[in-house]
Amino acid sequence: MTTNQTVTVGTMESSDIMITLKPNASGIKIDLESNVKKQFGAHITALITEVLQKLDIQNIAVEAVDKGALDCTIKARTIAAAYRLQGKTDYDWEALNSWND
Amino acid sequence: MVENKLKRDIPAVYADKYGVYDGEFAQVAPYQAATKRVKPIKPNDTKLLASIHDAIVKTGLKDGMTISFHHHFREGDFVMNMVLAEIAKMGIKDLSIAPSSIANVHEPLIDHIKNGVVTNITSSGLRDKVGAAISSGIMKNPVVIRSHGGRARAIASGDIHIDVAFLGAPSADEYGNINGTKGKATCGSLGYAMVDAKYADQVVAITDTLVPYPNTPISIPQTDVDYVVQVDAIGDPDGIAKGATRFTKNPKELLIAEYAAKVITASDYFKPGFSFQTGSGGAALAVSRFLRQTMVDQDVKASFALGGITNAMVEMQQAGLVDKLIDVQDFDHPSAVSLAENADHYEIDANMYASPLSKGAVINKLDVAILSALEVDTDFNVNVITGSDGVLRGASGGHSDTSAACKMSMVIAPVVRGRIPTIVDSVTTVVTPGSSVDVVVTELGIAINPARPDLIAMFKDLKVPQLTIDALKDKAYAITGVPEKIEYGDQTVALIEYRDGSLIDVVKNV
Repeated sequence: MTTNQTVTVGTMESSDIMITLKPNASGIKIDLESNVKKQFGAHITALITEVLQKLDIQNIAVEAVDKGALDCTIKARTIAAAYRLQGKTDYDWEALNSWND
Repeated sequence: MVENKLKRDIPAVYADKYGVYDGEFAQVAPYQAATKRVKPIKPNDTKLLASIHDAIVKTGLKDGMTISFHHHFREGDFVMNMVLAEIAKMGIKDLSIAPSSIANVHEPLIDHIKNGVVTNITSSGLRDKVGAAISSGIMKNPVVIRSHGGRARAIASGDIHIDVAFLGAPSADEYGNINGTKGKATCGSLGYAMVDAKYADQVVAITDTLVPYPNTPISIPQTDVDYVVQVDAIGDPDGIAKGATRFTKNPKELLIAEYAAKVITASDYFKPGFSFQTGSGGAALAVSRFLRQTMVDQDVKASFALGGITNAMVEMQQAGLVDKLIDVQDFDHPSAVSLAENADHYEIDANMYASPLSKGAVINKLDVAILSALEVDTDFNVNVITGSDGVLRGASGGHSDTSAACKMSMVIAPVVRGRIPTIVDSVTTVVTPGSSVDVVVTELGIAINPARPDLIAMFKDLKVPQLTIDALKDKAYAITGVPEKIEYGDQTVALIEYRDGSLIDVVKNV
């Protein structure tokens, strides 16, 4: 889907990640700022991409400011941002829960 | 490259110059102590000078010399910045500086490095911006990181020869008798500065509290001091205690502290007359609270507490639980006050505290030490100098000294900090070899070094979860994921000396 909106979720507290989604003409573009970028940057970028793809979001610009969030937090913030962007409140909990390994 | 005993690669040029680490006591051998050049003072001479500028002129400080400072004012230090600013203004270049440590407040150092005023550094630690700048490779010569005992050894053996020591003096008389317990910025013990005063060719006392002769008590005597300078302020008393923490409410730190106290009190070392050292971090202070309760309950009194003295130790002494405090440095104001008022709170120098080449350091008589860590690996090696991103940001301190010498060394640390695992496959930088570390205490339980089967037997009924260090590492990685390897450059930015002067590791630029 395509959107003209911008949404921001999360905080700049330690162990959190703030995710801003903005319109993007084509593809998923992720701009990551993280205090653990050297150790986990590639992993975090891949994780955000994976979540967005699962939610069927193809074209989006992501600005992520990470303060050392764990994977569970990164997934939750990304899902929340995506739902808010689409104005969806009918969370498919079963589908979301099935992502947890 | 030369591989040392811990399989760390040391570039040949530095391996040749310093030697490589080959075991905790491999290099302890008789030696000739360093000497200094003395300019005698005649009866009518005056030592009092009008300014730092005049002192620099009088000492004849020139390009290429070595100067030193002490870090007893911690984040409140004004002295190093004042002296280096004046030196830079006078156009002196290519200096080696040998402060006992470097704090965040010393950020102006970055410009002095870039401008060629400072070209060599040895220090216990490097913080924040200075650490990041040095990690980025702004110095041609690597910084030499030395432990507190290692620095005392290096000065006493002549590895560091100090031409001029510029020593901040909370109080001094015009003839150079100094203590740290009177004045506007009292830091308490001057343990690190005492070594500089004893071995430097020339000593300049810089004070903001000039008192009538003779100033007592005498921590640094007039016979070690060449010049005295009075300035408006040598330090910010609030900065001295910065970073010293109150009793933590963090449940993770409390659990770690509770486990650590259980280990101590269940050990054979916990009996009347035992001795201990704790750090100043939140969990370390909490350990003393838990320990204190058991000491009261079981009527076990300590013969001495060593350090790094904090108010928590002072209160234990006041309650009659600790006979003597042996003090190389104070972390807060109440400790400095106690040093002034209590004869059983005794000031010692760094040589007596921790040097591996002294005629016996106090740490050799220590039962239990509680130490912190940025990282611990599955060989029990500890990193306290670089972050897991490879950037210099910590301090060697007394870590490798105390852990090598005491009967039971305990490293307390959370399994993870945010997304950073603390228990790892291989530490980013080794400061303390695993052979010195006996028990690792985390919020998930403890890991005892298999090299200490006596401790494993001692704690077989201990009511604290016990894991292998590998299991702790697996638990950490299960939470954080496995970190990617840091990519370093080719430039060596810091040499990590073991306390005996050999190289235990090096740090590359990032």
